Amino acid sequence: MSRLAEQFRRSFVIAKKNIKIYYSKGPVIIFGLVFPLFLALAYVIGRNIPLKEVLPGLIGMTTFFTATSVGPSIVPWETRSKTLERLLCCPVALWTIIFGDMVSSFLFGLAISIIPIIYVLTLNIELLNFIVLLFSLIIANFCFSALSVLLSAYPPTDIPATSQMLSSLVKFPLVFISGVFIPVEQLPEWGRIIASLFSINIFYRLNKTVNIRKGLLPIGIRPLNDCNFYRNILFSSNKTP
Amino acid sequence: MELAIKVQNLTKNFEDVTAVDHINFEVKKGEIFGFLGPNGAGKTTTIRILTGLLKPDEGTASIVGYDVLRNPIEAKQCMGVVPEVSNAYIDLSAWENLNLIGKLYGVSTHRLQENATKLLKDFGLYEVKDKLVRGFSKGMKQKLLLCMALVNDPEVLFLDEPTSGLDVESARVLREKVTQYNKEGKTVFLSTHNMEEANQLCHRTAIINHGKIAAIDTPENLRVQSMELQHIEVLFDKQVNLEEISKHPNISKASFAGNRVRVYTANPSAVIEFLVDFAKRKGIRILSLNTMMPSLEDVFIKLIKEKEASPV
Repeated sequence: MSRLAEQFRRSFVIAKKNIKIYYSKGPVIIFGLVFPLFLALAYVIGRNIPLKEVLPGLIGMTTFFTATSVGPSIVPWETRSKTLERLLCCPVALWTIIFGDMVSSFLFGLAISIIPIIYVLTLNIELLNFIVLLFSLIIANFCFSALSVLLSAYPPTDIPATSQMLSSLVKFPLVFISGVFIPVEQLPEWGRIIASLFSINIFYRLNKTVNIRKGLLPIGIRPLNDCNFYRNILFSSNKTP
Repeated sequence: MELAIKVQNLTKNFEDVTAVDHINFEVKKGEIFGFLGPNGAGKTTTIRILTGLLKPDEGTASIVGYDVLRNPIEAKQCMGVVPEVSNAYIDLSAWENLNLIGKLYGVSTHRLQENATKLLKDFGLYEVKDKLVRGFSKGMKQKLLLCMALVNDPEVLFLDEPTSGLDVESARVLREKVTQYNKEGKTVFLSTHNMEEANQLCHRTAIINHGKIAAIDTPENLRVQSMELQHIEVLFDKQVNLEEISKHPNISKASFAGNRVRVYTANPSAVIEFLVDFAKRKGIRILSLNTMMPSLEDVFIKLIKEKEASPV
């Protein structure tokens, strides 16, 4: 148990290092701040929709783009500068490094997605719903950061731009099947099946339920998704160059 | 005899190339063990397996009794690594790099502060400890890598070409530090191209070529095993005919080395007598005469050539 705790402690050391180095990198700023900002503006400006209708999509997009912006940068960058080897020479397990990368991605996403959450406070929603929203925000951030690290692990590359580009190829279709732009009910059968597999859809629906309607969704689905992502990362990371 | 490193039947293939081919060796605690070989011989692959970066296809390796495959965390906890390529974080300061590595080894904050301060002072980096590594020279980066490898006070230190590309002074400082560290009872595994470095530092040396160990012994014993490579260098005051000298039965080869005559022999005393007699007969004077033991480089080249000539 103490060995496991020690590895978790070392994960947070890696996360702290990532925060210092990668939060100010160009691709992180562009994909994690500038891009979601303009996407949000495009989503809001010129559409006469009440705030409570806009917020679920806004929170979903912000969380998704920010939490997935750091992960794809870390592994390629560290592979290129050979610092990944430096870490692997240290007494840390592979999962420790990956978990550290996820934590740094998670914290970035969480810090930014708090901004639209502040607007939720102006809607006078029920306290229980707000707690559920915060809880789901944490799980969603964790899940999206796991997805981002998975995207950086395969295909193996040491070029951060390639990793960001490939992750965008996955992220954009996911946004379109999330229900933010097109309601899931209007998607064809296969689209609804795919949408149900991804956390962004579940997160968006939950946001909508919490903010607009009453009642809760089975949010227990999402931790299962997280575990699945994390397992996939561990397999894929062995192929990193 | 306590072992710091034990390697048994270690093999690594990359597609159809065998980089490391069933090698065996042991390194005793407190020893400086040299690992010599030409480019592509398998030195770095061996170090990468020993430091847990690569998985071997066959065989086992253990560090201070911990199997690198079965107990990688425990094995890595006992070692420090200076890799071939500089891989400190250039976006962090020297101090932050040391802190990062120390914390990843679980060094307590108090001890980490002490170790980091001492190491940076010893290596002359304390004044620049808060500067980003991005602005460091190659020598400074190499010194920092050694500091990072030593910050956890490891039992075994792996050095992969540590002085490669360094200026003479930086290389000398690095060697001094390695010797000093070894005097504290620590084990050093040194991979190098530099024969003189291996000669100066290593208690024992392994020569590897095409993934196979060609020889393991002390540098002195390796030289003794190649006594046919010892030679005499003699400087006459006049030009001499090499053919006349080569005829002597104890001389295996004679050649010019600048204005000196170099003769290879397994029996130097007989050849010295012959050369003195030769000079008297020809009425020429000997200006200088030196008996040269084979250098580690001579032994290395001989062993590599023998291996290449032998059938696979």
